[in-house]
Amino acid sequence: MSEAGIRDRTKEGFQELVLAELPALYSLARRLVRDGAEDLVQEALLQAFRAFGTLREDGAAGRWLKTILVNVFRDQVRKRSRTVDERPMGDLSDFSLYRTLVDEDPFPYSDSLHTDFLQVFDSEDLREVLIRLPDIYRIPLVLRYMDGFATKEIARLLEAPLGTILARLHRGRRLFERELWAYAEEAGLLTKERAR
Amino acid sequence: MTDTKAIPCSEAVRQLWDYLDHAIPPEDQEKVEKHLSFCRSCCGELEFAKEMRAFLATSTAQEIPPHVKERLERFVERL
Repeated sequence: MSEAGIRDRTKEGFQELVLAELPALYSLARRLVRDGAEDLVQEALLQAFRAFGTLREDGAAGRWLKTILVNVFRDQVRKRSRTVDERPMGDLSDFSLYRTLVDEDPFPYSDSLHTDFLQVFDSEDLREVLIRLPDIYRIPLVLRYMDGFATKEIARLLEAPLGTILARLHRGRRLFERELWAYAEEAGLLTKERAR
Repeated sequence: MTDTKAIPCSEAVRQLWDYLDHAIPPEDQEKVEKHLSFCRSCCGELEFAKEMRAFLATSTAQEIPPHVKERLERFVERL
């Protein structure tokens, strides 16, 4: 190390720093893509290595690597499709998962219906639900609520106006709630829970 | 003087996550708060929104299959 807390910007320094971040990077990649998470991480590592000299503090390595990974993913999405995927996802304005649970009452003997509903999902179920969402909604949702990026940072990363990101987060949350309910029904999660 | 005219449930629910994020102007924040002070159903929505956020924040299992980890480590070594 050349200074306290700062590794030399060498290949060895890079290796030492990124190996500890591999699980977090791979997990983020799996929330962003259905297939090809490993390739996405490799491409991000390659770009990070080239830009290693720009990393100011070792302590910021995790966020720095995630940012590079999101940039790589954003560019891949853009290359794949020149147009933003704004497929109609049905009318979401009236959907409320909170009310749906109250109305449908999937666990009649539960004292904590809403909490119990969320507990039927394991991490793979949640990933399945996220992957169903179009990229434009999934990416801000994952970055904001799972990886802790601020909305302004997300707007900068995705090169979109803040208002656009806020609108996509809003629609993405509604869509996510609707898909959670649909997935729970399709995958039989509510029946299993009821039979306990 | 701020306009704290009552808002309907649909409007309050629409703004709940942004309210929790403090991502709406203070006057809107105040309107949501005022609505929550008398609407039990929207308080339920608020609690569920909090639970949902916690659910997302804690569902970030950092698992990597050993064979993938090994391949990525080899990739880093070869850079």
